[in-house]
Amino acid sequence: MCGDTMSYKHTLGVQTYEFRDLKDVMAKASPARSGDYLAGVAAATYVERMAARMCLADVPLAQFLQELLIPYESDEVTRLIIDTHDKQAFAEISHLTVADFRNWLLSDIATTETLARVARGITPEMAAAVSKLMRNQDLILVAKKCSVITRFRNTIGLAGHISARLQPNHPTDDPRGIAASLIDGLLYGSGDAVIGINPATDNLSALMELYYLVDGVIQQFEIPTQSCILTHVTNQIQLIEKGAPVDLVFQSIAGTELANKSFGIDIALLAEARDAALSLKRGTIGDNVMYFETGQGSALSANANHGVDQQTCEARAYAIARHLSPLLTNTVVGFIGPEYLYDGKQIIRAGLEDHFCGKLLGVPLGCDVCYTNHAEADQDDMDTLMTLLANAGLTFLMGIPGADDIMLNYQTTSFHDTLYLRKILGLKAAPEFEQWLKKMNIMDSAGQVRPISQQHPLLQQFPNRLAP
Amino acid sequence: MARDAVHLALDVNSLTDQLHAQGLTTLQVHSRATDRHSYLLRPDLGRRLDETSVSLLQQYSQHHYFHHPEKNIDLLLVIGDGLSSTAVSQQAAKLIAEIQLQIPPHWNLGPIVIAQQARVALADEASELLNARMVAMLIGERPGLSSPDSLGIYLTYNAKLGCTDADRNCISNVRPEGLVYAAAAKKLLWLCAAALRMQCSGIALKDESDTGSFIAVAPASLTEG
Repeated sequence: MCGDTMSYKHTLGVQTYEFRDLKDVMAKASPARSGDYLAGVAAATYVERMAARMCLADVPLAQFLQELLIPYESDEVTRLIIDTHDKQAFAEISHLTVADFRNWLLSDIATTETLARVARGITPEMAAAVSKLMRNQDLILVAKKCSVITRFRNTIGLAGHISARLQPNHPTDDPRGIAASLIDGLLYGSGDAVIGINPATDNLSALMELYYLVDGVIQQFEIPTQSCILTHVTNQIQLIEKGAPVDLVFQSIAGTELANKSFGIDIALLAEARDAALSLKRGTIGDNVMYFETGQGSALSANANHGVDQQTCEARAYAIARHLSPLLTNTVVGFIGPEYLYDGKQIIRAGLEDHFCGKLLGVPLGCDVCYTNHAEADQDDMDTLMTLLANAGLTFLMGIPGADDIMLNYQTTSFHDTLYLRKILGLKAAPEFEQWLKKMNIMDSAGQVRPISQQHPLLQQFPNRLAP
Repeated sequence: MARDAVHLALDVNSLTDQLHAQGLTTLQVHSRATDRHSYLLRPDLGRRLDETSVSLLQQYSQHHYFHHPEKNIDLLLVIGDGLSSTAVSQQAAKLIAEIQLQIPPHWNLGPIVIAQQARVALADEASELLNARMVAMLIGERPGLSSPDSLGIYLTYNAKLGCTDADRNCISNVRPEGLVYAAAAKKLLWLCAAALRMQCSGIALKDESDTGSFIAVAPASLTEG
């Protein structure tokens, strides 16, 4: 028996596989990935993995509210998950096992409206558990049904739309270099999710200049989008106090209290940062002011995974995101390296899992479809993952010149990649942003990006601001 | 080039020759990761010194510093191959030359530790064994398509086993096409001076090196922020 007797075992053929606890079942049921081997929690054989999945299939969803993978007393993320669990929303699915839940999610009963209604009754552990019983196509089908819409200066996450974060990073934060990438991206219709810079420096005055640079462009050309400088949240709070024009507050988050501590944050600090951003009242049509980044492996990387598999830790980070109503949450899937996701196959699977779990929980999930050059992956794998995710209703992806981030040194997606997805799947940019693209003659009435002449205002008026 | 930079072994001999020519002593150590494959899949091994290296540093410390506490190292420099030996062979010695030029004369630099199959946190253990006040790890960053030779610097004050990234300050993209050596050395030494004053490094230590002198800033206003 599984679940209600608190004993986890399954017999396959002549061999009975026993599992220590629910955490052990979850880890061993996970599709193979290097990070779980590194943590010493993965199944030793394919048969053991299948036995764990059969065992997990019989676990009632309600068991996840009884048997907490990381203790309530010692972890504030667990406390957040339990204390904010919506029992009324859960009632509709409370009688299901994990296997039933999978079938229910795939069935036509689980419509977009139904999924939105139950989202607050689903815990990250339930989402992670059911994903372990799903193939890639299941993850795509269910995620596609989930609707998560957010607003700041434009509307993100509408069905039939895909947005892009314009990421004009530069190795020394040179304003002219950043501006060149910024213009390039805007002229390719990128930047509706956010114009978000990863600065090379933590220097506060240099960060202040970056805020003014991007805000100046947004103001001058009246672009319905938002900016973000991806520095530590404590820097952003200080800069808000010093009067910086901060649209979105960024922070990397992870799924355990200890991992977040290694980032120098906790939930209270994030809430403080959110309040600071809200106090500026810079959103014109909505108040989703947070931008989070996550990625499988971050908890283990900080020795803070508590023996929980990395995909479940990742899903737990979405509980924090959900709590703080972000505009965007970005799983930077292949960034962390091959010790957590070894190759293209593992990166693709993780990207689909993260997107599914995030959307099921009601988080506006985008994906930095990416890899590092020390992983066994290449740009073809990225083409595969972005195409799958776009079919799954991905909220946004990255746009970077040549898909090559010259500051963070990794390979991601280009401006053209967003155009490719919009073209093959008939997807659009955020409506307010699309109107702007048309007004600026960057996009024609059929939604195609137009050739740009030297006389275009973005090229003519822009460089004057940056004359040395 | 990026893929090759990951797998190419660091030419330690050529690097030590350069450093010796700059008047420096070197110590060679190795992490517990025996080869590149285990380095890539087992970051925990890359963060720790192997047994031979531990005893080498212990002996060195015993011999040089035990009876001469006045010679204690102020800033220990550890060079780690990291994910790009190309970055280390092209940038490390030149960056150190700039640090030598700019470092306050009364600061003791100590020997340069060259670590193979190394990750950032390996410097913590080296620093603890050599009883250094601060340690800077100069390490090959993950190679990008058009930037396969970029060096990163991670500064930790009073480093010990178990320090986390929240305890470090990072300076990245050190290469001629990115942050140039002189600017990188200046930034590092500014952070060092600030770390000494505040007796900490990491997220509590904000880089305000361009806004004037650190002395003008009350430490409490930073640590409370």
